[in-house]
Formats: sequence, C-alpha cells, structure tokens
Amino acid sequence: MGKKIKFGVVVFPGSNCDADCLWAVRDILNQDAEFIWHESKNIKKYDCLIFPGGFSYGDYLRSGAIARFSKVMESINEFANKKNKFIIGICNGFQILLEAGLLPGTMLHNKNLKFICEYVNVIVENNETPFTNKCEKGQVLKIPVAHGEGNYFCDERTLNTLIATEKIAFRYCDINGNITDEANINGSVYNIAGIMNTKENILGMMPHPERAMIKDLGSEDGKLIWESLINYIKKS
Amino acid sequence: MQNYNVEITDEILKEHNLKKEEYENILKILGRKPNIVELGVFSAMWSEHCSYKHSKPVLKKFPTKGKYVLQGPGENAGIIDTGFDIGVAFKIESHNHPSSVEPFQGAATGVGGILRDIFTMGARPVAILDSLRFGNLNTFKTQHLLKGVVSGIAFYGNCVGVPTVAGETFFEDAYQDNCLVNAMTIGIVNKKKIKKGIAKGPGNPVMYIGALTGRDGIHGASFASAELTEENQKRRSSVQVADPFMEKLLLEATLELIDKNLIIGIQDMGAAGLTSSSSEMAYRAGTGVEIDIDKVPKRELNMNAYEVLLSESQERMLLVCKKGNEKKVEKILKKWGLHAVKIGRVIKEQQFRIYEKGKIVADIPVRALTDSNYKYFPLKKQKGVKPAYLKDINIKIDDIKIPEDLESVLKKLISSPNIACKSNIWRQYDHMVQTNTFTLPGSDSAVINIKDKDLMIATSVDGNGRYVYLDPFLGGMAAVVEAARNVSMSGAQPVAFTNCLNFGNPEDPEIFYQFKKAVEGMAYAAKKLNTPVISGNVSFYNESPENAIYPTPVVGMVGYIKGKNKRYAKQYFKNEGDIIVLLGEIKEEIGASEYLKEIHNLIKGPVPAIDLKREINLQKTCVEGIKKEIIISAHDISKGGLAIALVECCISGSLHGNKAIGAYIELQSDIRVDALLFGETQSRAIVTVKRENLLKLKRIASKNKIIATEIGKTGGNRLIINIDWASKKYSKKLNIDIDEIKKLWMSGVNEYV
Repeated sequence: MGKKIKFGVVVFPGSNCDADCLWAVRDILNQDAEFIWHESKNIKKYDCLIFPGGFSYGDYLRSGAIARFSKVMESINEFANKKNKFIIGICNGFQILLEAGLLPGTMLHNKNLKFICEYVNVIVENNETPFTNKCEKGQVLKIPVAHGEGNYFCDERTLNTLIATEKIAFRYCDINGNITDEANINGSVYNIAGIMNTKENILGMMPHPERAMIKDLGSEDGKLIWESLINYIKKS
Repeated sequence: MQNYNVEITDEILKEHNLKKEEYENILKILGRKPNIVELGVFSAMWSEHCSYKHSKPVLKKFPTKGKYVLQGPGENAGIIDTGFDIGVAFKIESHNHPSSVEPFQGAATGVGGILRDIFTMGARPVAILDSLRFGNLNTFKTQHLLKGVVSGIAFYGNCVGVPTVAGETFFEDAYQDNCLVNAMTIGIVNKKKIKKGIAKGPGNPVMYIGALTGRDGIHGASFASAELTEENQKRRSSVQVADPFMEKLLLEATLELIDKNLIIGIQDMGAAGLTSSSSEMAYRAGTGVEIDIDKVPKRELNMNAYEVLLSESQERMLLVCKKGNEKKVEKILKKWGLHAVKIGRVIKEQQFRIYEKGKIVADIPVRALTDSNYKYFPLKKQKGVKPAYLKDINIKIDDIKIPEDLESVLKKLISSPNIACKSNIWRQYDHMVQTNTFTLPGSDSAVINIKDKDLMIATSVDGNGRYVYLDPFLGGMAAVVEAARNVSMSGAQPVAFTNCLNFGNPEDPEIFYQFKKAVEGMAYAAKKLNTPVISGNVSFYNESPENAIYPTPVVGMVGYIKGKNKRYAKQYFKNEGDIIVLLGEIKEEIGASEYLKEIHNLIKGPVPAIDLKREINLQKTCVEGIKKEIIISAHDISKGGLAIALVECCISGSLHGNKAIGAYIELQSDIRVDALLFGETQSRAIVTVKRENLLKLKRIASKNKIIATEIGKTGGNRLIINIDWASKKYSKKLNIDIDEIKKLWMSGVNEYV
C-alpha cells in the first residue's frame, strides 16, 4: 500500500465533474483528494492536479477561454515545471489546459455540431507514460465522452511532432482497435482523444475516466489511467 | 413616476385575460378601482397557470398522503422519505407554450424552472427526465421544433451538470400546433435541511438573488393560459432567455445557504416572477410582504413597477432570512460571483404591498391572490359534457383485416416514429454526469444509484395521449400503471409520482370532461397502487384554432430499490441461452394500438382493459424475481405489443456497447395473429431467467396468480417467432435478421434530430 497520493481537484464556478473526480480517486482508489477553489494559489502540496469537466465559466465564449485567467492558473507553470508533479485535464479541463498553452492545439465544435454523450473506445498508443503504464500497448479502453467541443485540432507540424515524440496517449477506435473515421465521433485530427506535453507530466483527454470506475456504470477501464499514475508516482 | 391610474377599459381587461366578473371581484376585494399595476398583478396571479382556478376542485381527487410522503402538493416540490436520513424531492412541469413559439429557449428555461423548484427545497438535483410530444415528423415544423427542444434541454441540463436520464418522445398530428415539453427533476435532500417557500417572521428581510430583472417574459403566466393563436404566437417577448451558468451558480449558492442554515424560506421567481414568489411565500406563512421596486436589480433602463413585478426573467430567486444574517448571506453569494440585495421585508399585515419612489403602487390582500378558499377567488366550478366523438370510437375487430406479411408489419412498426429508437435525442444529453446512472437511457426506467446508501432510485415518465383521447378514464389509469410498471421492471417498488396534466381549453365542457375523467382514472389507479401524488402541474389551453391536443396526462414515477445488494435489471437480453418467459395474458386487444394506427390508419378504441389487481401482481412478481436474482432482464410490453417488445429486448442493449442478441420464440395461441403479436394488452412483461431458475420464477408468479409462459430462448443473430395454432393451417413464422431490424429501428427518428 504505502503512502497515498495527494490529488487536488480544481473547482471553477461551473465545474460539474469535480465531485465525480474526487469520488474516483478518493472513494474508489482510496487516495487522498480534496477540492481546490479556483481562487486558491496554494497548490504546491499536491502530487497531481485534476482539472475536471464542466462548463468552467458557462463557456458561452469558448470552452476554457476564461478559466485560464483564474488565480489558480497563475502558479500552474511553476507547478508543472517541478519534478514529480502531474496534471490531468479531462474534457473541459483539457480545453482549459489547451487555452492556457500547457498542451498544444485547440478544440473545435464536434463535427456534427451537437453535444455527444456516449461510451466510446480509445486505443492506448503509448503505454510507457506516467498515465498509461498499467495498460497494454494497443489496449482498447471503453470510456464515455460527454462534450460539444471535443474536436481536437492542431497544425500539421504540431501533429507530426506529437506523433514522432509519441505524445499521443489515446485515439478513438472501434471495439477491435481499428482506427476508423466512423469511430472518430467528434472529428478530431488523427482520431486524437488525449495528448501529453513534452515532459509527459500533463495529460489532456476528452473521455471521462472518472465515469468508468465501476462495472455498474458500464466500464472499469478508467481506473487504469488513475492506477497508472499512482503506480508511477509511488515508484519514483 | 408613471401615472398608473388609467381607465380600466374592456380592451385592457381582455389584454390581461381577465373576465368581466373577475374584474367585479377585484373591485369588491379592494373596495376601489385597481390601478394598472394591481390589475397586472391580479391578471398574473389569477391566470390558470398560477391559480389553478379550473383544475383545483378536480385535483382534490388525487391521493396525496402515505407513509412515505414528507411533503405533498402545494410547495415548490414534493418530497418522499427513503427510510434513511435523506428524502427524495421531485416534480414535473410544463413549458409547452414557450416551446411552441421558441423551442430552444422555451425548453431550456423549462428545465431551468424545474431545477430551481427542486433546489429551493434544499435538494441537490440528481436527475432530469423529459416527456415530449410533437406533431407529424414529416413536416418541417415538427423537425424544427424537435431539434430546437432537444438542443435546448441539452444546453441547459448539460451545463448545470445534472444528468438527463430518461424520457419519452411521441409524434401525433394532434400536437402539430402545440408541442408539449414537460420536464421533471429529482433531487436528494437531507431531511433535516428541507426548506420551504415561506416568508416567516415580520421584520425579516426579503432578499433577491440571481440574475437581473429585464423585460423578458412579462405576462408569461397569462400567455400560458390562453390558446395559441397566430396573434399570440407573435408574443415572443413572453419567452424568457436561459442562462444555465447563472443557474449553476444559484444552485451551489442556494445549497450552501441552506446547508449553513442561514435562510428561513426561499422560492424561485417562476411564473409571474416576483409577484407570485413573494405573495405565495407570505401566504404560506400567514404574513404579508413589502417590496421596494427601486431596490430590485434591473437589467434595463426605466423599468416601471408593472414591468418589474411581472417580469419572468430567469434564474432569479427570492429568499427570507433572519434579520441580522444579511451580511452572511451576501458573503456566500459573493463567493459564487452573485449578489444578494434586500428589496423588502416581511410584515404582519397580510398585504402584498409594493412601493416605488416611496409611494405605494400596489396594495392587495395576499389571500386574494393566492388562496383558492378566499371569498372572491375566481375558482371555476365547472361541469363536463361527454364529447360527441366518443360515441363512435371503437372498432369491430372482425372488420380489421389481418395482414398476410407479418414481417413487413413488424418492420414498419419498428421504424415508426413512436417506436423507433430515440438515441440521437438522449445522446445529446449528458446522462452520466454525477456517476450514478446505473441504467442508461433506452430501458424501461432509469436507475440512479445513491452513493453510500443501500438505496437506488428507479424512475420513468409516461403518458399515452391517444389512450386518454379514446377513453379518458382508462387512459388516465394507464398513465399511472405504465409508469409504475416501468419502474418495477428495474426491480423497484413504485413509491409516489408527480404529474403534468396537459389539456386543451378547460372552458370547453368537452375538454373539461376529458380532464375530469382522466384525473379520476389516475386517482383511482394511484389509490390501488398505493402511489400518492406529491407534486404536479396543470397546463391548459394547449390548442390552436384548428384543434386541441390529445388530453395528455404525464406521470413521473419514482420507486425504490433497497438492500445492500442493489439488485436491478435492464430491459435487454443479457446472455445467450437464457430462457424467455412471458408474464401475463394474451388477449384479443388491438384497439388504440400503434399497429392499428400505423398499419390500418385507424385511431380507434377500445383501449386495452386494466385489471389493477393483476397489474399489482405482475409488478410484485418482477420486483421479487429481480431482488432474488432469478430474473436477469425484464421489459414491459407496451407500444407495438409482444413482437416489438421482443425486438427491443434483442437490440436495445447494443446502444451502450453491449451485443445485440437474437432469440427463438414459440407461441401457441388461438387468437388473431395480429392481436397476438402487436396487441397492447396491459400488465405484461418479457423476462429472462437461467434454465435452472425457471421453476423458481414460476413459483413466484403462481403465488401472485400471474401466468408465466416459457416462450423461447435467447441466442444467435436472428429473431425467429414461430406461431403454432391449434389448427395448423394458420401457422406462421417470422424470421428476421437482428442487424437489419436494428438499422430500421435506428433510422425512424434519429435522422431528424
């Protein structure tokens, strides 16, 4: 067992997956976790910050566009540059990390211009990362999405870099792991569902691993992502 | 300041939807002529929407008490006990008129209103359901309304972070000019922290929180209390604009205020805005209120008292706190980026008194606005007249030709709008947020887990307007029975329900007859099923110059699954090789069915009969079977009959990433084959069990006097139905590819959303 990992779930006024993230790491995985109000600057003590899904400030302008200017974001670069500090942005949290420049690229509206909530399959592209080391390479995870703006886009150069440096964590695929247009529910470039920064201590992903924690919810595959991180931090 | 003492002409009365005799009553109440502000206040509070003047005497027929009821009708929402330290608050409400005019905003604000009704009680919303009715799907108008309504619901619920877990959507010509949008919310409340809409304690401050007041929605309540004519449709200013982010802030701030025990009473400014919230809160406490219009936070310049009082701007709430707590209230609101403004105070005198620029601009006895027992309250005592159309409404079954090609009948039915899959609707709703949705949309009822408690909630929203149109009493019963049955298919004991009663113009005696009979049918079923009514809403005037809607009572049922093991079932086949059992009877009933409408183009009765004793026994059988882990899947038989239910059992699981599973069915029966396959006989279910548990199921069924017939086995990728008549010459065989039928099912409605 050993020491528990300390998670901080950043809460913006319109976050709505904050409680689910807390539940996933604290109640299901038995780690330390607490909420961090967006006006707090005291984030040093956490091993991992979670930027949960939701509509941080209503997102009428563009998802995550306002949240990046909040107080908690002021010290985020410093946090990210430290050793053994991790950040996971899920859905709206991913959008905020993009807006803040912590991850490359941007989000467009889903290609069908509608909100989509459903279980999707993603394939693990790289399993030698802090966030995926408990997965097999090429493993298909069943995790739900719920977003209107999840169509990941970046320019070709960025994409080539992401591919060459193996910073793509997950890609949308079918149940057998085939990467098809049909499986690419929101129209993302290269079927991208999740990416990491160069240092591989920041993960942004559209699917919600905190919603796939117990069988009754339809899948337990989300656990693998949290467990990978816990495993990595404990070993390091 | 404006001069409000204008001459009250007939034209002004008409604009305010007030009858001459109602105006006479106003004169008697005030002992003088009202000014225009007061007239506006009366107009809003005496509208059907706020006063229930046509419906109240009839609504008394509902049973509203029971061992589980903590809060019955009359509050922002009803609450039932769970046996734990929490209660379940829920209510359904209509937003039909606004949605018909502006579907996106109309539906969105409808969701907003019902959410506020729940969290003002101190309950955190955990689920939204919606019940929708539209006209002909092949018309541009319906496609436009459908898209707008669905995206409006999604826009709001998704942002606030409450999952939309279940619902129903139907298409009938009768709703062409008046779509129905009914939204229900369920919340969980700590029993010790239940709040009510009361303005107790003279001297206590009345505070305003939330969005600013604008000119939107002025006279929304009276707009909803008139027929939708072309002229009326132009009243777009009556539709309010939704801001779900503001709602989310209000929700969190309100729950924090209640949690810290800072407030005495709180209410949403819903229909008739500030006027209704303040007067109703005073009425419930036996007090009065004074409000200063100048202090009300406004969004627009030069708004006068009339506009401020009648504005229906969204996301606003009124609260009363203990004197001295104002600063604490303000501090919490500030944390959420909101303001709390003291706009008045509670007074002992039971008056609704409004000041502007230091002068009184309205002064009305609170009871005259809110109490249906008040001497001059415009309660209507009406009698219904049996509608002429009911005289010749039933088919003679022998006149209906039995189709030769049953496979094509099945295919046509599965892709017909009322049966086809609605996944493109609920795919737009976040139905998973809060991580409690154990049964996702697309099953008979949603199952919501309550974390840390040995408790789950099953819920379903149901109504069949066609049944009620063809037989108001039986149709009313059917709405309650079907909702309860759907809940029991998950393994839950139905506990209580809320209802939304959508009808035409109640001043028409034939419409009133439909209303009265439907309520009587619902009340009768509710008593027998032991499921009281704890909240509800009436929506009249759902008609255009061409026609009235089908009388459409909608029932939102809530049931409990208790116990450590949290056993529940879903509607679709789970494994290959399970035994398929039909619970219930096979009768020759094709009246009122989708089959009769889609295949024979007939909307005729008789509506299938209901034996309440048998219904209760069927539900008991399913609940017990599921609890004991004998029943693996359970699906009730309703629209489209046995054959459609079987198809749904085969394919509906594949919507959430499970496999579609075929079945081999043998039916032995001597009744008409169309009635056998497509008849909508009540009180029936298809369940699956393991071979070794079949006898156990049969024992439970026989104890409950329910016929349990083994009809087949799951497996393969085809649905094969063999019908074996006693005299072999009528034997029939249907053999359908599961993937092919799924395609048809997925195409009927989804392409229009």
